[in-house]
Amino acid sequence: MESVARSQSEIGPGAPASNDKTLIYRQSRWTRLTHWIWAISLFFMLLSGLQIFNARPQLYIGKQSGFGYDNTIFEIGAENTSAGPRGYTEIFGHRFDTTGVLGWSGPPGNETARGFPSWATIPSYYDLGTARVIHFFFAWILTTTLIVWLIASLINGHIRRDLAPRLDDLKRLPQDVANHVRLKFHHTREYNTLQKMAYGGVLFVLLPLMIITGLAMSPSMNSVLPFLNDLLGGRQTARTIHFTVMVLLVAFFIIHILMILAAGPINELRSIITGWYRTDPPAHDDKAAERSA
Amino acid sequence: MAKFQISRRKFLTGASLGLSGIALSGCDAFDSQLSIGSGLRSFLENANDLTHRAQRLLAGRDSLAPEFTEADIRQPMRPNGVTSPDDDDYKAMLANNFADWRLEVSGLVEKPLSLTREQLQNMPSRTQITRHDCVEGWSCIAKWTGTPLSLVLDQAMVKPQARYVMFHCLDTIDRSLSGDIKYYGTIDLIDARHPQTILAYGLNGKPLPVENGAPLRVRVERQLGYKMPKYLYKIELVDGFADVGGGRGGYWEDNGYDWYGGI
Repeated sequence: MESVARSQSEIGPGAPASNDKTLIYRQSRWTRLTHWIWAISLFFMLLSGLQIFNARPQLYIGKQSGFGYDNTIFEIGAENTSAGPRGYTEIFGHRFDTTGVLGWSGPPGNETARGFPSWATIPSYYDLGTARVIHFFFAWILTTTLIVWLIASLINGHIRRDLAPRLDDLKRLPQDVANHVRLKFHHTREYNTLQKMAYGGVLFVLLPLMIITGLAMSPSMNSVLPFLNDLLGGRQTARTIHFTVMVLLVAFFIIHILMILAAGPINELRSIITGWYRTDPPAHDDKAAERSA
Repeated sequence: MAKFQISRRKFLTGASLGLSGIALSGCDAFDSQLSIGSGLRSFLENANDLTHRAQRLLAGRDSLAPEFTEADIRQPMRPNGVTSPDDDDYKAMLANNFADWRLEVSGLVEKPLSLTREQLQNMPSRTQITRHDCVEGWSCIAKWTGTPLSLVLDQAMVKPQARYVMFHCLDTIDRSLSGDIKYYGTIDLIDARHPQTILAYGLNGKPLPVENGAPLRVRVERQLGYKMPKYLYKIELVDGFADVGGGRGGYWEDNGYDWYGGI
């Protein structure tokens, strides 16, 4: 049964072990490599991005930031109250007390006014310049990796074979949702419908949108692509979208990790490190064709 | 083979414990590697050079920053940084309505200049409604009127070995052990000669107010706000800036911002 190393060396990637039909080569080296480069890049981009956000912990809608008028839709701040300084977060005019995490945080007795807390930012202390260095370094890595992945996945068929939605996917969607809700996972070579939606959504919608809204905030790029901000609704809207996509990527990350834990972390991690994945043993009725996890 | 499986499991457990350890111990793990001049930071800063080159390549010399309409001017220009210089020489000039103020143009030029406000304002002017983007993340649209910097440079006749324009300012932005630090900054000659780069003396149809840099400030519309010094009194043409301040080309650059502020 335990023939991971042997099957790789004897038969090579691409062919399942002859004596173990359930172990399959699922993830190409391009998928694995780009996955981990993204994981590292997004980690640093998130934490440096939160630091950058702390320099102006407000989000606006439109071409500019409203100082003489109000177009703020999101704000993290601190205020003095009779009970001492409190941190707050305001979303569309609804204010929440977020003392200790957002707005007012730090070691007991040494709290300071800051948007995101120091454990969520790089550097941990306030340093916009350094955060920008880190953010733009990984922006290049992330973007380059996305282009490399796109080319590799077009050539090796990953997009067409694994990610492209089919009519079947739509039919399977209700069953798929039900399976996920019950944490009932099938281990097959193919992605299920929700996986296709999640991975496709990140790779073809969220990451490109992140790059586009990032470029739209650059005054120099605005001289190259002046229509970009018109399309997005203005530079401050672009910044708000950039932040919103960050929230969606964090949500994706959390669900991604929970699904991996629920579906079998060793097997899932093995497939994204070595490429080899243990599928469910073939069942003897037709329902076995159901895909998942 | 069973042994192999266990070691893999151990490895994965260890790896995930290690990762969550980083997450739990906070992000001060990287702090010590990131100060100016450290090897890691210098390595990461290479990406800024790449950004600079890529954007120069894409934008070329004369691509214009977007300009807006009167309807987009919805508020007074937000002042930032020093908004009321406490320097005695500045306050004396202000009390005298800048009659004693001169714009010096010096350094690598054939003909050093000393221009009064009237001389500057009698030169051809450019008015533009542009969006000011602060490195902090906010934006503000305003109408700027001023003398194109290229006209001043032409008049002073820049020597061929000049590579940068250094702006010297009247405001003290910081104090250090070696004395007060006045704001300064540099741009290259491409941005200095850009059609939208002006020495602004007017804001939203009125004389430039003190909080926005009176009597004169720079507008470099394809870069961020920290590249547009206020309270200007001297323009120096230089072939480098390694021996000035922290050697990074400006007050904020010496404090960690990138020299190229196009992103």
